[in-house]
Amino acid sequence: MTARVLAQTRVELALTLRRGESVLLSLGIPVLLLVFFSVVDVLPTGTDEPIDFLAPGVLALAVMSTAMVGLGIATGFERQYGVLKRLGSTPLGRPALLTAKTLAILFVEVLQVAVLVAVSLALGWRPSGSVATVVPAMLLATVAFSGLGLLMAGRLRGEAVLAAANSLYLVLLLLGGMVIPVAELPGALRAVARALPAAALSDVLHATSTAGAVPGRAWAVLAAWALAAPLAAAATFRWE
Amino acid sequence: MPAVDVSGLVVRYPGDVTAVDGLSFTAEAGEVLALLGPNGAGKTTTVETLEGYKSPTSGTVRVLDLDPVADHARLTPRIGVMLQKGGVYPGIRPVEGLRLFAAFYDSPEDPAGLLDRLGLAGVARTPWRRLSGGEQQRLSLALALVGRPEVAFLDEPTAGVDVAGRQIIREVIGELRSRGTCVLLATHELDEAERVADRVVIVDHGRLLAEGTPAALMSASERTTIDFGAPPGLDVTGLSAAVGAVVVEVRPGRYSVATAPSPATVAALTAWLAEQDLALGDLRAGRQSLEDVFLRLTSDS
Repeated sequence: MTARVLAQTRVELALTLRRGESVLLSLGIPVLLLVFFSVVDVLPTGTDEPIDFLAPGVLALAVMSTAMVGLGIATGFERQYGVLKRLGSTPLGRPALLTAKTLAILFVEVLQVAVLVAVSLALGWRPSGSVATVVPAMLLATVAFSGLGLLMAGRLRGEAVLAAANSLYLVLLLLGGMVIPVAELPGALRAVARALPAAALSDVLHATSTAGAVPGRAWAVLAAWALAAPLAAAATFRWE
Repeated sequence: MPAVDVSGLVVRYPGDVTAVDGLSFTAEAGEVLALLGPNGAGKTTTVETLEGYKSPTSGTVRVLDLDPVADHARLTPRIGVMLQKGGVYPGIRPVEGLRLFAAFYDSPEDPAGLLDRLGLAGVARTPWRRLSGGEQQRLSLALALVGRPEVAFLDEPTAGVDVAGRQIIREVIGELRSRGTCVLLATHELDEAERVADRVVIVDHGRLLAEGTPAALMSASERTTIDFGAPPGLDVTGLSAAVGAVVVEVRPGRYSVATAPSPATVAALTAWLAEQDLALGDLRAGRQSLEDVFLRLTSDS
């Protein structure tokens, strides 16, 4: 089991890191946003230094891009190309495949956090709040976003997942408190945004900059998505 | 105990489409069995039931005396699967794919040796999506064999493969046989079935039409006509009189003589053509080819 999982994880990782668009999505865009908006101070961040708002927001974005967009698109195409079907008649088994995919995502996220934190610190970020909440929040969000990615991948064709996941990425980027504070959104939109997993994750991560308390609502929203999304994916997923 | 045992298999899809309709056959270790039939005959459905992808609507299938669905985890280490289409990561390199699959099994083949055997050593590091159709098929075959399976299910293994590639695939199938592997081959290519299979099961509309060695199938049904090609518009009345049997031009330039082939009739036919100084195209008077048998069976069914 272990050797199989490790071999599968290695291949999942190699394929992910080899795809130009997935590296752009998981590292290129977050770094670009970080650097551009901390140099060009146009965002209504409500903090003295834009980086104090941007760094946690972009970390949230990184989780979303890897767990939802990257996983969703890759899995959608793997399903379309019969890869998942073919793996089903090897001794690998579905639990081992899911474990391998999870490990690969966590590895990419660690890589992203390392790069983004380093860039943020270089841009003058001084995290002050509770870092202890960061890891559980990111893990919960990874589960929730993976569930959303697999929900799309389990039913749509590869090209359709590509379109859907990228659209959702853009919507959640704008409504997720990642580059634009949720407080700046008009009333109705703000209410919608607060119910989505993206804003809940950025809420928790922003507490690392502001030393403010994390709203209980954010944890509840995150936990609800972490439960509902994978369940919906499991219920509807087609392996062929 | 046969390696593969299909008994009264019925597979129905939603919408009341019956893909397999009461099929029974067996295959032994060290035997290459070709499941031969036109597109849509139910070959892939049958194979996918044996691989555990589909459950029988009724009837039973056993592979190595295991139930492909209920005993899936015990069966997968012992079978090799080549899907009709795809099944490989588009971005993976052959050597990478083989090493990955090798890691799934307890005593796998050496990936490098297998690549070499299948003529893929030169493209070992070329991503799958940039391989030719024939190379992709050979990689799929390699992935099916890397775990040293006791039963190999190969669905249209030579589809889109060039002549040299086909030769390699035939040799590899021959090696599997001598190693004691049971090979179940689904194909619509008569030529391949005739060349590589020990036994052929002809299916259409999900039913078994005939079963036997290629030689037995071909000699079982005596030919009742002599068929030949010659310039169109022959004087068939004159020819009929010369050979002592009715000759019809089935389509321009194709003729059929309604008599069991005998050397005397063939001699009379060629003599008449020689007299008229007419060119003779192909002449079919011997035993039937597998194609004849196949066409006759599948057009009746």
